[in-house]
Amino acid sequence: MTLKTSMHSMKKTLVLIAAAAGLSLAAGPALASGGGHALRDGGFSFEGPFGTFDQGQLQRGYKVYREVCSACHSMNLMHFRTLAEPGGPFFDAHQANPAENRFVKALAKEIQVPDIDTETGEPVMRDATPADRFPNPYPNATAAAAANGGAAPPDLSVMAKARHGGANYIYSLLTGYHAPPAELTIRPGQNYNVYMAGDLTPFWKGDAAHVPAGGFIAMPNPLRAGQVTYDDGTEASVDQMSKDVAAYIAWASDPKQVQRKQAGVGVMIFLLLFAGITYMSYRRIWKGVAH
Amino acid sequence: MSDHESTYVPKTGVEKWLDSRLPIVRFGADYMSLPTPKNLNYWWTFGGILALCLVTQIATGIVLAMHYVPNTELAFASVERIMRDVNSGDLIRYTHANGASMFFVAVYLHMLRGLYYGSYKAPREMIWIVGCVIFFLMIATAFLGYVLPWGQMSYWGAEVITNLIGAIPLIGEPILIWLRGGPAIDNATLNRFFSLHYLLPFVIAGCVVLHLWALHHAGQGNPVGILIPKDREKKDMVPFHPYFTVKDGFAVILFLILFALFVFFMPNALGHADNYIPANPLQTPAHIVPEWYMLPFYAILRAIPDKFGGVVAMFGSIGVLFILPWLDTSKVRSMRYRPTMRTFFIIFVLVGMGLGWCGAQLPDAPVVGSFKTFILIDGDLNSYLWLTRLFTAYYFAFFLIILPVVGLKETPLAIPATISEPVLSGGDAMTAAAAASAEKKG
Amino acid sequence: MTESVVTEGGDATRRDFIHIAAGAAAVGAGAMVVWPLINQMNPAADTLALASIEFDMTKVQEGQQVVIKWQGKPVFVRYRTPAELQRVIADDHAHDLKEPQSDADRTKPGHQQFLVVLGNCTHLGCIPTFGSGDFGGWFCPCHGSHYDASGRIRKGPAPLNLVVPTYDFVSDTRIKIG
Repeated sequence: MTLKTSMHSMKKTLVLIAAAAGLSLAAGPALASGGGHALRDGGFSFEGPFGTFDQGQLQRGYKVYREVCSACHSMNLMHFRTLAEPGGPFFDAHQANPAENRFVKALAKEIQVPDIDTETGEPVMRDATPADRFPNPYPNATAAAAANGGAAPPDLSVMAKARHGGANYIYSLLTGYHAPPAELTIRPGQNYNVYMAGDLTPFWKGDAAHVPAGGFIAMPNPLRAGQVTYDDGTEASVDQMSKDVAAYIAWASDPKQVQRKQAGVGVMIFLLLFAGITYMSYRRIWKGVAH
Repeated sequence: MSDHESTYVPKTGVEKWLDSRLPIVRFGADYMSLPTPKNLNYWWTFGGILALCLVTQIATGIVLAMHYVPNTELAFASVERIMRDVNSGDLIRYTHANGASMFFVAVYLHMLRGLYYGSYKAPREMIWIVGCVIFFLMIATAFLGYVLPWGQMSYWGAEVITNLIGAIPLIGEPILIWLRGGPAIDNATLNRFFSLHYLLPFVIAGCVVLHLWALHHAGQGNPVGILIPKDREKKDMVPFHPYFTVKDGFAVILFLILFALFVFFMPNALGHADNYIPANPLQTPAHIVPEWYMLPFYAILRAIPDKFGGVVAMFGSIGVLFILPWLDTSKVRSMRYRPTMRTFFIIFVLVGMGLGWCGAQLPDAPVVGSFKTFILIDGDLNSYLWLTRLFTAYYFAFFLIILPVVGLKETPLAIPATISEPVLSGGDAMTAAAAASAEKKG
Repeated sequence: MTESVVTEGGDATRRDFIHIAAGAAAVGAGAMVVWPLINQMNPAADTLALASIEFDMTKVQEGQQVVIKWQGKPVFVRYRTPAELQRVIADDHAHDLKEPQSDADRTKPGHQQFLVVLGNCTHLGCIPTFGSGDFGGWFCPCHGSHYDASGRIRKGPAPLNLVVPTYDFVSDTRIKIG
């Protein structure tokens, strides 16, 4: 085998692998299509192989979640200590142990969590500690559904992984409460959102060829300008709050993603060098063998 | 080769003692010095890559089982806990999840290699058949494993696939209940699926031993597809180590680069967002589709209008692989010298990818533009339903009609007498053949 | 090329270097892969977060002990009577102490009536019974170790005194263990 042909056949192999991978990647978004608009781009800092989270944005996003979203939405998989992990909103390099982080200790103390009294066995409420989970706004799923017209507000722990488009979807949805077209019949307890998945044809009285994009969502528009007072003085516009809380949820959905990407850069460099050395070794071993 | 004489000479006393009682070192040494055709190209490296995939899946799987909780109430959260709290848990879990996809990338290329170069033909039928068993076990293992995170796709995938068994007349329903351990997919199902998902990889590993045993008994094939005569062994073969250990090693590293790209930078690109929604028996996701590697078979299932017929077709599409050695009537092994068959092969590969594409689409959706043509029997002609049927027809025709007929009718190109000839001689027939198949040449 | 026999020789040192480098990289890669697979068995973040607990000492009555769970293990919090205290202080220099320690070394100044020890026998980890044994402390039913009211081993197979965990009085009546 000559070098040229060997490289040629290898290139073909790689093309085929890439094609197979590309096919499956292309198939993914194709499945998601249906109803919704093309998503808005939040221009998030954590996108791409080298992107990292903006800690200020995560802190603002946590505040929006705590003061607005958490009234209805649980984050069952989140612990207060996670907020202090490397890359998290309240990570402090001076306090390596997340459970000892002073910001998180203070944040947790503001929240009451249910517990059982160790002596009487009675249910009690106590101040949260960093080791605690975020408390659930409702005692159970049935109560959550009953309090919200039959639709339980979904848990937000992994929301950015559970929707195509991730943070951009959350950002788009929160800013997608446009005024509905007049020919659209809005069902009671429902709200029109341009980015919600769905098919509005049955509710559309206008031109059948121009059914509006979007769908119905049970959650009414949750944000209004100035609803949250940011500690860093950022103006709390709906767009800003949507973007911040989307970034926060994207972080919470996979808190180790930035560390993993950073490790990945090192691993890729190592593998490329490793491949180079092994190729040289291969060339030397096969030197003088016609094949 | 099977009659390869052992060249291992135990040196120390300990080695001699061990060699006369358990010749395991001799076994390994003989394995490493196995004469191997020197013209094996990079398509032959997928065997080694697959071994790496199996080891990776078993190693990460055992580790994940240390943290995973097979209970419907806790499974979803336990998987997320692995990714959030367990040391390096995110890497281990994403490696396992993407490792399944990588495993299938490699196995499909490995199988296509076998198909193109006629690796299934005598005397290697058993290698191929054991390989088919491994492939079937891989599908089963991947399906069982996909249920474990207990997301929406896990639940509804299990629901749909187990219901296939219910399609069997008469005995289907009792078997279905037995398999699920109840009227619905529930805790009992999750527990047994976990147990079987842990078991099957070791069955696969056992089959791999048989696969290799058969391979070393019959001997390696090669891209030219001719038997290497005894007197040419010195010229046409090289010891497996270091020649192919380094070549396989290089290919493995290239494969790892692709693998690492997914694990570190886009770990969820090959999965479905819906599987991050905890399983809900009261709500079906809008589009339920299997993982990409099952899509071609899922497409075949949906192509048949009858429920039981679809199940038969789907299992038939894998079953037909088992009798492949007897469907190919050609005397020539490698498609490098079968230009007609090669064209059909390329179409087959494209059809396979097309079936995968169709499996991800809604059957009623139009293929071209958004217009309707006319209804043919039960669906619009311009729909994925009919495209899928066209592809399915080709899939089966390829094995059942094209392979037997073309094998008898075609005129193959001249086959070189030795595997060194395509490289060394300047023969005209040879040059034409080599040029036509330059991309396949090692 | 007419011969395909392996050609040895050439620039031996350089050839060897490449092979050694490739081999070393393979070993390095293996180590990089193996470490996370081993390290995953170390305590996870949720386990580490529960590493410290607080306890209200007013919940213990004089002459009694309360057993609390810390890091999955029992912790004895014992409020000793003046008579018990007197006896253990008198035994500070007894000859049968296997691991000589004064009672003051095992308690916090100003809170000498309280003893906080891990509730696992230092022999093989069983939980000693409160208030029994020859020395009025604890008796381990598994293999017969006798501890005094300071948790010191006096008789039997256990090699060490009951372990005093790291703890502090965060207020007059609250301790934080860990």
